[in-house]
Amino acid sequence: MTDIFSLRDDSPVSETPVSIEEFLGNSNATAVRIEVGEDARQLLPYLDRIALIQVSFPAFTDGRGYSAARILREAGYDGELRAQGDVLLDQIRYMHRCGFDSFAPEKPLNAEQVDIVLKRFDAVYQAAADQKNGGHQNPVWNLRHGN
Amino acid sequence: MYKYDHYDQSIVDARVAEFRDQVERRLAGEITEDQFKPLRLQNGLYLQLHAYMLRVAIPYGTLNSGQMKMLAHIARTYDRDYGHFTTRQNIQYNWIQLDQTPDLLADLASVEMHAIQTSGNCIRNISSDQYAGAAADEVTDPRPWAELLRQWSTFHPEFAHLPRKFKFAVIASKEDRAAMRLHDIGIQLVRNDAGELGARFFVGGGMGRTPMIGPMVRDFVAADDLVSYAEACLRVYNRYGRRDNKYKARIKILVHELGKDEYIRQVEAEFEHIKTLNLDPPKAELERITAFFQDPDYDILASDDLDLCDPDFALWVEQNVKTHKQSGYAIVTISLKPIGGIPGDASSAQIDIMADLAKKYSFDELRVTHAQNIVLPHVKKSDLYALWQKLDEAGLATPNLDLISDIIACPGLDYCSLANARSIPVAQKIAQRFSDISKQKLLGELKLKISGCINACGHHHAGHIGILGVDRKGVENYQLSLGGSGAEDVSLAKITGPGFDEDGIVDAVEKATNVYLKEREGDERFVDTYRRVGMAPFKEALYD
Amino acid sequence: MKLLTGNDLKSGLVTWWTGKNWSINIEDAIDVGEDGAAILAAEQEAQRVNSAYIIDGDETSGAPRPGHIKDRVRALGPTVRPDLTLKPNDANAIDKVV
Repeated sequence: MTDIFSLRDDSPVSETPVSIEEFLGNSNATAVRIEVGEDARQLLPYLDRIALIQVSFPAFTDGRGYSAARILREAGYDGELRAQGDVLLDQIRYMHRCGFDSFAPEKPLNAEQVDIVLKRFDAVYQAAADQKNGGHQNPVWNLRHGN
Repeated sequence: MYKYDHYDQSIVDARVAEFRDQVERRLAGEITEDQFKPLRLQNGLYLQLHAYMLRVAIPYGTLNSGQMKMLAHIARTYDRDYGHFTTRQNIQYNWIQLDQTPDLLADLASVEMHAIQTSGNCIRNISSDQYAGAAADEVTDPRPWAELLRQWSTFHPEFAHLPRKFKFAVIASKEDRAAMRLHDIGIQLVRNDAGELGARFFVGGGMGRTPMIGPMVRDFVAADDLVSYAEACLRVYNRYGRRDNKYKARIKILVHELGKDEYIRQVEAEFEHIKTLNLDPPKAELERITAFFQDPDYDILASDDLDLCDPDFALWVEQNVKTHKQSGYAIVTISLKPIGGIPGDASSAQIDIMADLAKKYSFDELRVTHAQNIVLPHVKKSDLYALWQKLDEAGLATPNLDLISDIIACPGLDYCSLANARSIPVAQKIAQRFSDISKQKLLGELKLKISGCINACGHHHAGHIGILGVDRKGVENYQLSLGGSGAEDVSLAKITGPGFDEDGIVDAVEKATNVYLKEREGDERFVDTYRRVGMAPFKEALYD
Repeated sequence: MKLLTGNDLKSGLVTWWTGKNWSINIEDAIDVGEDGAAILAAEQEAQRVNSAYIIDGDETSGAPRPGHIKDRVRALGPTVRPDLTLKPNDANAIDKVV
C-alpha cells in the first residue's frame, strides 16, 4: 500500500475503503471509495457515519474528482477526504482547495515541496471548499470589501 | 481600464514564481514531459512546429499603451521581433525558449499581464466586443462582467482539469462582433423589464470539427447570480462531459447529447444548490470593477466635421472608421491585413507605433479584435487625418475592414503542429487577386476565413466564404464553404463540394464572387445573396 | 530512409538525430534504419529532446528529405517568412518544401 500523505491533525483512517456499491449494500464500513465517474451525491445521506472517502484519480488530467470533493464538503462532510492515484505535486493546491486533506499518491510526495506549493498563493479570487478545510483562504472578493 | 490591486498583482507574481519552479524541475528532469505539458499549457506555452510558442492573454482584448509596448519588448527581447494577434484577442510568439519563459512572464507581470490559462483544458481568456465602451448600440460596457469572470475563472480549483478547453465571450450589444454564440458559453448582457442588467446565457456553441450554434439556456441571470450560475454550468460539464474521446469532449457535445432541456434541468438543480453556498461576490465588487471602466474624459465640444478632400484618407475613413457613442469621436480599426501580408502579424516596431498612437490619440487604450486587427476605440474626429498619416507611413492604413482581403487566417502549417495545410499563403494569394480596392469595395462586406485544419481556429465555419485546408495524401487541399456568419445573423457555412489545390482555391473564390455580382439584388451582401439563391448557382460556376 | 526528429528541450528548436547527437540541420541527419525505436527509448530517458518521433524520408536529392510536407516545413522554417528559415539566402528552398 502507498504511503498516505495527510494534512489532517488526526491520523489517516487505516480501514480499506469499500466500493460505493458495497457500502450502500448494507455494509458496516466507515471507509468508502468513489471511482471516477461515480456520483458522490449517492453518499450524502450517510456522511455522518463515514470516516474516510477516497476519490480515485486514474489520470491527473481527469478532473471529475475535484467536483466530487467539493460536493462532499458542501454537504458538510468533515471526515478524511483522500485523493488516490495519479496525484502530483502541481495539482495538490487545487485538490486542497476543493476539500482534499489527505493523499495516496502512486509516487511519494516530498513534504517540503508540498508545503511550498500550498503556501505559494497568498490570495484566491473565488470561494471553494477551503473554509471547511482548515485552509481559511478568504476570497479576495470578500477581503476587498472588509468581509 | 481595470487596474490591479495588490491582490491581483500577488496572484500574477505568485504564478511567475510557480512557473519558474516548474520549468526548473522540468529542465532538471524531475518531471516528465507528460507531467509538464499540462502545466506549461495552462500557462500558454505550446510546443509548436518550429519551437515553443507562448500565448499571452489580453483579457477581453483591452490593453493600454504601456502593455502594448511590453508586447513589443517581448518580441524584440525573447522572440524574433514580431508577434501574431489571434482570433481570441490574444497575442502569440513563435520562437520562445523554455528557460527564458519565467523572465518573460516576470516582465509581463510588471505591466499587469500574464499567460494564465491561455491554453489547456481550463477556462480560457474571456473575449468580448472590441468596441466595448465605445459602441453606440451597447446596453452597458460588457468588460466589467468579463473582468469579474476573469477573476472567478483564474485558478478555479474545480475547473482546472475540464474534459476540454472552455471559452467564454461576453457582449452587450445586439450586433455581435465577438462570435458570441460560437463559444462554449456566450453571454449577452441585457436589461429586463425592471431595467436591471443581467446575463443571457448561451451554452454549447463552438467551431472545431462539429460546429454548433449555442442554444440559449437562460434568458436572464441577475448580476448577483452570475458566478453561481456559471459555476453550475461548469460543474455539470466537469462531471458529465465526455472524457473518452477528445473530439467529443467539448460542452457542445454534452448539451447536444443530453438535449438542451435536460442540460438546463441539471444546471438549474445545481444552481439552486450552489446558490445556497454564498459564492457570489458582494455587490460592491462588480461596482468596484465597473468604476475602472468609466468613460474617458471626452471633449464634449469636439466637432463632427471631417475634411475628406484627400481621397485616400476618405477611403480609409469610409472603411475603417466607425460611429462612436460620443459625438466628435470615432472608433478606428487598424488593419493588420496589408495586401500580401500575414494576417494578424505585427513587428515590434509596428506594435510600438500603435502604442504611441493610442497614447496620443485614443486615451491610452487599444483593443485586439477576433478578426486579428487592432482598434483605437476613442479617437477625436479632428485627429483622424493626422492619425491616418502616421498609420499610412507605418504600413498600417490598409482600408479593408470587413472586405474580402480582411481575411482571418490561422497560422496553419507554416507554424502549427496540428495543421494539415498552410493557411497564410492562401490568404496572401486571395488578397493579391483582389488587391484592387475598388474591386473589393464592389464586393462589399465579405468575411473570408481560413483554417489549416479541422480545429477551425481560422473560423472557417463562420465565414461568408470559408476555406478549410486538408491533407490529401500528403498534398495540401482546400475545401470551400459558403454562408457562415459569426455575427448576430449567426450561421454555419456549407461545403460546396470537392476541394481545390492552392491556386484552384483562389480561382474558386473569384468564381464565387462573380456569381454574387451576377445574382445580387439591391444592397445585398454576399452572404445575403447566398442565403436567397442557395448553393446551386455557386456549385454550377465552381464545378462545371 | 528513416529519420529521427524532435524538439530541443530548452530552446524548442527542431532537431535531427545525427548518430551521436542532435542537430538543427537536417543535412546532418542519419538514416536510423531499424534502430529508431531503440534510440528513441534511450533518448527519452536522457530528456534532451521533446516529443521525438520517427519519420520516413528519402535521399534522392542528395540530402535527407522528409516524406511529409509537415516535416519539410519543420526542417526549413515557415514558408511565409523566408528570412526566418534556416536557408534565408536560398531562393529555391521554399519550392523544395512544397
